[in-house]
Amino acid sequence: MTGNVIADILSGTILFAVPLLLVALGGMFSERSGVINIALEGIMVIGALFSCLFLRMVDASGFGPAHPQLSVFFAILAAALSGVLFSLLLAFASIRLKADQTIGGTALNMLAPAFAIVLTWAIQGQGQTTILIPNWVRITQANFGVTAGSGFLERFFFKSFFMTTPIAFLLLIAAIVVLYKTRLGLRLRACGEHPQAADSVGINVYKMRYLGVGISGFLGGIGGFAFTVAAGSGFQSSVAGYGFLALAVMIFGNWKPLNILGASLFFALFKIIGSYAGSIPFLPQFNGVKSSEYIYLMLPYIVTMIVLILTSKKSRAPKSEGIPYDKGGR
Amino acid sequence: MRNRRNHTGLINGTASLISIALGLIFGFLLLLVFNASFAVSGFNNLMTTGFASSEKLAKVFYQSAPLLMTGLSVAFAFKTGLFNIGATGQYTLGAFFALMGVVQFRLPWWMGLILGMVGGALLGLIPGVCKALFNVNEVITSIMFNWIALFAVNLSINNMPLMLANAWGAINKDRTAALTSSKFMAYNPNATIPKAGLDKLLGSNYMNIGVFIAILVAVIIWIVMNRTTFGYELKACGYNRHASNYAGINAKRNIILSMTISGALAGIGGGLYYLSGTAQYTLVKSLLGMGFNGIPVALLASSNPIGTIFSALFVSYIQVGGDALQPEYSREIIDIIIAAIIYLSAFSLLMRGWIAKRLLRNQKDNTNMGDEAPAEPANEAESGVKAQ
Repeated sequence: MTGNVIADILSGTILFAVPLLLVALGGMFSERSGVINIALEGIMVIGALFSCLFLRMVDASGFGPAHPQLSVFFAILAAALSGVLFSLLLAFASIRLKADQTIGGTALNMLAPAFAIVLTWAIQGQGQTTILIPNWVRITQANFGVTAGSGFLERFFFKSFFMTTPIAFLLLIAAIVVLYKTRLGLRLRACGEHPQAADSVGINVYKMRYLGVGISGFLGGIGGFAFTVAAGSGFQSSVAGYGFLALAVMIFGNWKPLNILGASLFFALFKIIGSYAGSIPFLPQFNGVKSSEYIYLMLPYIVTMIVLILTSKKSRAPKSEGIPYDKGGR
Repeated sequence: MRNRRNHTGLINGTASLISIALGLIFGFLLLLVFNASFAVSGFNNLMTTGFASSEKLAKVFYQSAPLLMTGLSVAFAFKTGLFNIGATGQYTLGAFFALMGVVQFRLPWWMGLILGMVGGALLGLIPGVCKALFNVNEVITSIMFNWIALFAVNLSINNMPLMLANAWGAINKDRTAALTSSKFMAYNPNATIPKAGLDKLLGSNYMNIGVFIAILVAVIIWIVMNRTTFGYELKACGYNRHASNYAGINAKRNIILSMTISGALAGIGGGLYYLSGTAQYTLVKSLLGMGFNGIPVALLASSNPIGTIFSALFVSYIQVGGDALQPEYSREIIDIIIAAIIYLSAFSLLMRGWIAKRLLRNQKDNTNMGDEAPAEPANEAESGVKAQ
């Protein structure tokens, strides 16, 4: 029995770490290029909206059930593309028009869920606020032609396995390579640290920042989709604050890809422990307290805060983030 | 000096008004796209409902009180260089403290409000301390404590039998006591914010003096920010922390104080809303939107405390109008319109430059023609505008 619980906890941790990882990586690219991306929440909503609408469409047309994983792949692309397009709104305001980045981001965070609700109503009819996710989206043993077992490993791998997980892993590796091993990554980082210096050696700061925000839209959109499949109850025009949590995970991860991976796993683990607390034998159960589930719901946030306070001395944001770059400025 | 200030206000105000006008036009286009046959009547509803009857007007005032407080909270933090995204948590804890005061301790409403302020201040203090002493970004602390506050409040309310509605004759236990139920009135008749006859004047139960309390607080905050040394120090820290440290201002103390005050303001908002007697706190697992709505209110006012009064009234007004859009449209169209207005106001830098130029040209033309209209010489006005 305990083995099953451990398998569930581990697979749940990975499931919820994936959206945090993707979105926090997105935020990292944006901030490393010098743009504070507070709009991650909105980007996630837009990515989730369009990927879920896509899945709904292919489900109705019969293409989805026939080619499930191909459809999921296209849905991920839809999420990424819509995320990029949406993030360009932030990029345009904060780079071209040199607007306050918090203001633009707040506007987009407000716009996205409202737009999602209005569009969902327009498509599904009034009051139909949930876009259901077809059940063929999940990867099961049957996809590999294996008969379903119920051992530890089967449970760990297949309890909740979606294509977003391997893709997130690939994107993490890609992010590390791009940021640290390519000329592009070096230029991008330079624009977040000292844009004037970058400009003086011929780097187009505006272009790099557009790219940074665009990548954050790409990853944030996929992250929105990953959150929606993980949450499991369909898309309800919201990602439950995960965009803001990802922002916290990014700061917690000190704007570095591997630290962000660690931070998102850490946060997700405590979140899952919180929701499985009732079935973990060695945790106190607070039987005398009513609605004691709230105690464990607080757990991931409190633990993250403690770790942040302990590790904050090393925390260092990109130096020029949040400051619009002005070619003529000093 | 005086006319320089006049110009800033005029230019900021004009920029905001242009953003609002463009945002509303955008909203009308949206209505056309989603359901063209109702677009004109829908837009008419949106724009006029708030003034259509005294009842609706009361609703506008009723909603604007908490909006104004959370907006003021965000604006105050902005002015001091901090981003208080935790207004929703502070609002929630403020609401809880206020309700606890009137329910558990049988205190009168004004003591409840003060307790609400204390609750918000406590939750604002934490990110301030974390930022000042441990160098933890206030945004992340605020986000974490939004959730911690929400869950802690729900946990506490569930364990205080008196707080729940079912202790006072109602059947539901997923919300707090109805302060106007007859059973509760017998227990604590002074729990709700007085209506001072305003409810009869406007013919609506929603009306109370809450909005006037909020406006009074906004004026006090304006005085503190613009007329006191303390306010000057806070703003100086916002502009340049290192320079103010060098000038002998204790930046760490100011960060803590400014987050605490910002939290206190949001906490009063929670008290104002839930002590109205017409609202009950519902136990849900998602953050309250009121705290987040304070952000656009503050941004629309360029973080000016007096401006916040008008932007809160405006946002509340079109939200009431938005309710009248249903069932032809979903009321979230309002959020899209507000988002568009905020997004456009992000261009205000551009717009302000443009308005300043227009203003200048008009004044120059006027002086050249020997008109009596301009109150001051054009060249003086010019230097004033350039100083923006």
